[in-house]
Amino acid sequence: MTEAIDATGLVKRFGKVTALDGLDLHVATGEVHGFLGPNGAGKTTAIRILLGLMRHNGGRVTLLGGDPWSEATALHKRLAYVPGDVTLWPTLTGGEVIDLLGRLRGGLSGQRKAELLERFQLDPRKKGRTYSKGNRQKVALIAALASDVELLILDEPTSGLDPLMEEVFRQVILEEKRRGDRTVLLSSHILAEVEALCDRLTIIRDGRTVETGTLTDMRHLTRTTIQAQLAGPPDGLATLTGVHDFQLDHDRVRFDVDTDALEPALQKLVQVGVRSLVSQPPSLEELFLRQYQRADR
Amino acid sequence: MTGTGKLIRLILRRDRSILPLWAVLLGLVPAGYVASFEGLFPTEADRVEYAQVSASNAGFVTLYGPLHGSSLGELVAWRAGFLPVLVALCALLTVVRHTRTDEEVGRTELIGAASIGRHAPLAAALITTCAASLLLGAVLTAAMLGQGMPAEGSVAFGAEMALAGCAFAGVGAITAQLTSSARSARSIAIVALGVSFVLRVGGDVSAIGDGSLSWLSWLSPLGWVQHLFPYGVNNWWPAVLTILFTLVAASVAAVLLTRRDFGAGLLPARLGPASASFGSPFALAWRLHRGLLLGWTVGFALLGLIFGGVGGSVVDIASDNQGLSDIFARLGGSDALVDSYFAGTAGIVGLIAACYAVQATLRLRDEEQTGNAEAVLSTAVSRYTWAGTHLFFSLLGPAVVLTAAGVATALAYPAGDFGAILAGTLVQLPAVWVLAALAVLTFGLLPRLSAVAWAAPAVCLLILLVGQTLQLDQWFLDISPFTHVPHLPGGEASATPLVTLTLIAAALTAVGIAGLRRRNIPD
Repeated sequence: MTEAIDATGLVKRFGKVTALDGLDLHVATGEVHGFLGPNGAGKTTAIRILLGLMRHNGGRVTLLGGDPWSEATALHKRLAYVPGDVTLWPTLTGGEVIDLLGRLRGGLSGQRKAELLERFQLDPRKKGRTYSKGNRQKVALIAALASDVELLILDEPTSGLDPLMEEVFRQVILEEKRRGDRTVLLSSHILAEVEALCDRLTIIRDGRTVETGTLTDMRHLTRTTIQAQLAGPPDGLATLTGVHDFQLDHDRVRFDVDTDALEPALQKLVQVGVRSLVSQPPSLEELFLRQYQRADR
Repeated sequence: MTGTGKLIRLILRRDRSILPLWAVLLGLVPAGYVASFEGLFPTEADRVEYAQVSASNAGFVTLYGPLHGSSLGELVAWRAGFLPVLVALCALLTVVRHTRTDEEVGRTELIGAASIGRHAPLAAALITTCAASLLLGAVLTAAMLGQGMPAEGSVAFGAEMALAGCAFAGVGAITAQLTSSARSARSIAIVALGVSFVLRVGGDVSAIGDGSLSWLSWLSPLGWVQHLFPYGVNNWWPAVLTILFTLVAASVAAVLLTRRDFGAGLLPARLGPASASFGSPFALAWRLHRGLLLGWTVGFALLGLIFGGVGGSVVDIASDNQGLSDIFARLGGSDALVDSYFAGTAGIVGLIAACYAVQATLRLRDEEQTGNAEAVLSTAVSRYTWAGTHLFFSLLGPAVVLTAAGVATALAYPAGDFGAILAGTLVQLPAVWVLAALAVLTFGLLPRLSAVAWAAPAVCLLILLVGQTLQLDQWFLDISPFTHVPHLPGGEASATPLVTLTLIAAALTAVGIAGLRRRNIPD
């Protein structure tokens, strides 16, 4: 499979501060790729490098098969970008900005623009300074989605949108996905959105990639919580590879177990004898919290 | 008005370095003149001769206002005649910054939700700015007293500056209510200051000629404060007039504030087109620059009309008094008095055009800081194209406004040589480019210090204002590119300095653009 974005060992320093410290990001053509990380992890910096706005200090990166720094202008004809914090020119109307950005990219579909204006319920005649944050976000989204491009780079595109509009956004991206002619890099904090839209995702922390793969892959990396009431003493269970946070209270045990170690752990439980059993699958939230919280340490 | 005190403390905290800077530094400037005037004109006779010459020199009267006496104090107060404009500028910028700017970016909303009265932010901004102006006046008075100048005159001198600040604080308060954007509010206030200056110039220059238009000065708050005539008649009633003006302006602003919605101006926001008729980087730059260009062009045309219209008075003075004419010839280094006058005004026009050039260039930095540059550069627009479309306006815009000023000057003075007057204005262009190029250089290499680009026109203004009075060394005068521009009409037209300045500007621009190519955006 060809890769729309291929970044390996990306390093970016601002003076003494290292923003990216060996980041890997691989986005296959045609997929919707989630890009996650706690605030300040380096997502926006990485995106700015992909856009040729900033130059990396180390590693290598190709975007749509080209060098994002030296071939920026040519590559930008093939992509559209929605920044996390959209600002508009105060004196231009939303409609003017959509047309302008589309034309600067190399063309947009008027019909698609009209359709998106309708679906996002945006009045394109208002001046930039009078839009709320959510409406500014819509302007940038419509400009990107109506543009005739093969790659969309969206930096927290739904921040500021109301739940209704978030749903519209999800629908539109799902339609794009079904058509399959566009690649989307989606930076987001909204787990439900990531779960609904993304084929694969990359989690970064402190400027480094900590996890990458499909959601199913990632669930494998997480732990299931088991609570059981046993018939006898659970000898050897606590020391079993893959069992964590083991707690014993009389005949009740509670522990977390890696997905890989689930089978041996259950066999052990059966050997001892199980009176009752509760198993909690790993939730997405736990997955992310575990990845994010390590940043604090 | 609840909470005004707290907001004043907030303003003082936010402006703790900039406020003392202008209030104290500007207040100390005139004291420096005392020693230099004493050195330059040690005897009474020297002063009388200098005062006679200066009082009827239209170029001097344009810059510094009318002069009616020859005492040391009067000469110093007159020579500081451009200071009220600078104080007024600082005051109106401060008021707009703490009213409309805060409201536009949403800080006022944050504060307004607390237990703060509707009028408190406006009151706090006005009180703080007027207090800073009074501090400036007090510093000036103290400094003059320290130089052994008479007490009443020193107080009047301090009051002149303080009241100029207060009056334009009031103007800023009104313009802050008119539009929803701080940029427009600032522009309107600065235009008001410009009109006020032009009216003062028109009236004062007419007064040394036939006097038919001398009433124009009385339409201008800048004219009022100059009519205090410190150390001379110490006229106090224009001070009362200015205080009344300030109170009325503040009241008008307070009433306008209650007539509008939060965040809005008095003029309702209109709907615009739903689709764009343009789609190129250049068309975008045109949209962003056209208002600025139009405003400056109109302003320059008006300035040219005044400067040209005043030309007639210069001729009258020259023909009236052969002795004076001779002295002028020596002073100006030119045989023709009118020529030297127009060469002088061309220098002023050039310096103002440089301010426009710097402002237009720094739009690039504005675009970068707001995030708009990111949006444009993430499309198929290269950095060269993006910067080039803006620089088109910051380099050719000054040519347009200088032409407007030159043509207007020449039209308003039909007795003159049209081509020579226009040429005198246009030769300023290479010097203007050097200052614009310095702005490109800072933007490209040291973007965070872009505002430092304003230091260049400030230094050139300083050199223009104090350079000859203080008889500074030639190397210091040579720092300003305007020193090297041929003095036309009348002077020797030489292409060498123009070519050199243009080459310097081109080199600085090239280095700046190369820096932009290599750096992070946003930085």
